[in-house]
Amino acid sequence: MSVAVQGATGKGSREREQRPSLRERVKRSYAKHWYAYAMIAPVVLVLGALVIYPLVEGVWLTLTDANSLNVARKIGVNEIPASYNFVGFHNYADILWGPGSYDRFWSHFVWTIAWTAVCVFLHYSLGLGLALLLNKKLRGRAAYRMLLILPWAVPTFVTVFSWRLMLADGGVVNGILSALHLPEPGWLTDPWAQKAAAILVNTWAGVPFMMISLLGGLQSIPAELYEAAEMDGATPWQRFRHVTMPGLRAVSSTVVLLGVIWTFNQFNVIFLLFGTGAPDAQLLVTWAYRLGFGQIPRDYAQSAAYGVILLSILIVFTAFYRRWLARNEQANG
Amino acid sequence: MSTTTERPAPAATAAPAARPAKVRRRGESSPLVRALSHGTLTVASLIALFPVGWILFVSLGPDKTDYLHPGQILDKLTLSNYQHVLSDTDFFTWFGNALLVSGITTVFGVLLAATTGYAVSRMKFPGHKPLMWSLLVTQMFPIAVLIVPMYTMLSELGLLDSYTGLILVYSTTTVPYCAWLLKGYFDTIPVEIDEAGRVDGLSPFGTFWRLVLPLARPGLAVAAFYSFLTYWAEVPFASTFMLSSDKYTLAVGLQTFVSEHDAQWNLMAATAVLIAIPSAAFFYLVQRHLVTGLTAGASKS
Repeated sequence: MSVAVQGATGKGSREREQRPSLRERVKRSYAKHWYAYAMIAPVVLVLGALVIYPLVEGVWLTLTDANSLNVARKIGVNEIPASYNFVGFHNYADILWGPGSYDRFWSHFVWTIAWTAVCVFLHYSLGLGLALLLNKKLRGRAAYRMLLILPWAVPTFVTVFSWRLMLADGGVVNGILSALHLPEPGWLTDPWAQKAAAILVNTWAGVPFMMISLLGGLQSIPAELYEAAEMDGATPWQRFRHVTMPGLRAVSSTVVLLGVIWTFNQFNVIFLLFGTGAPDAQLLVTWAYRLGFGQIPRDYAQSAAYGVILLSILIVFTAFYRRWLARNEQANG
Repeated sequence: MSTTTERPAPAATAAPAARPAKVRRRGESSPLVRALSHGTLTVASLIALFPVGWILFVSLGPDKTDYLHPGQILDKLTLSNYQHVLSDTDFFTWFGNALLVSGITTVFGVLLAATTGYAVSRMKFPGHKPLMWSLLVTQMFPIAVLIVPMYTMLSELGLLDSYTGLILVYSTTTVPYCAWLLKGYFDTIPVEIDEAGRVDGLSPFGTFWRLVLPLARPGLAVAAFYSFLTYWAEVPFASTFMLSSDKYTLAVGLQTFVSEHDAQWNLMAATAVLIAIPSAAFFYLVQRHLVTGLTAGASKS
């Protein structure tokens, strides 16, 4: 009953043997790996029951015309059976190129992409800048870190609410702008200002995570590398470019991926800042929620179809991103 | 908040050898750079602090439009909003519900995730790669893709409007993420420790439980913090699935509060501050571990 510890035995013995029968292999695999399987079983069960099953059900819903009027439901003691029909790919076709698909899907799509790109860029660059500063030997470094982390320590729900009060017409942000004789946009009402406000709030809320992750990455770069670079007469910029950035590559690739996923699916900021109003500033994910739960009758099928489309976009992006990372890794050794 | 940050200025090598007293040690910067760094960090800290401080300030003003005239609040600072929220609303019920749901989700999520994180970190087994992929893909689920089927599923099981239902729903995202995070943390614990435990006759479970888990406390703290913070004031699922007001969690309760009292912003502000306190407290308990815990997860995954 050997448990394969990483880097230990395991490969050699398997290659030497002839391929045994399937039954035999399953048995042997079980005998050899049962510890591993026992350890992952809880998560696999949770994933299966709570993610895969609903996902399959959700995909099935997208092929129907289910809404809150025709799904199975209870009214008092009467049970009304489901009466929705299979409609094939009609929902997808309708979303992607049906009448009005520009207003319903593509405008939100473009905005979601722009939002993700701008927010992740700002998160990363501001986070990196602050992390570099915090990584220096400065007095009061710990205090700065505590303060800078604050937007993350307080629930989004609370901070977004605070921003809403600050950005309201006549709120403190416009108060400051008017004191400086600058224009005072209607942050919560004007379509373009809404988008700017959403990006502002999300950037504010998202920088600490990047900052802390990158700070950890910076601290794990061995000091000897900097010493060696200095001995070779590298300028500060060269040290940043050729020591810091490569040293951060692993952390960066992960946090950027997570950042893209989280920002793309960011629900709280938009939902709490504007509610279900502000049609122009709705991201695909909040738009989908609005179809499913913010209107009557609730359009479950279309809402789920949006969800599936979103998920597909992210999976395709991740696949390309990882391939791109792997190729970069090769190119840079 | 500028992003173009100052790099450490050229240190010892540049200084002439004739004035050894002036030579700066490695990593120390010139006074100008130091002043600029302090300036940038101070401005950034103020920006980070301001909205949180602002809501605290607004919560002390007694009228619902006080947030528009912040100057007037100074003259009439009062705790009456807190008094009202604590004594005349269901605040404590909501508070208890939120604590119950996010607390159980946290414990459940971290416990379940820990063994899996350990298994994928240490052992090679058929299905290793697909499992890692599915842990990642689960992160990508937009709420729209699960919320509808979850809703129908829970209503069939009669779990709508129940704590169990909400905890199950929360587990879908917290368990895979914690497993991913902890896998990264376990990767940083040397394998030699496991091997030593094995040589001394511990089973893999014993090794995990007695040797690795205690060493992984920072990672566990970060995972717990993440789950708690995410679900403590979660809105969309809670407001969709919790239907009766005695089951509301804080974030949902607060929403109804607006329509009931026709947007009494001052009361909302006070409630929001009360909501922020437990999570901030928890946060500062684990923040010591935050840097190590998080990056371990990020750098090795």
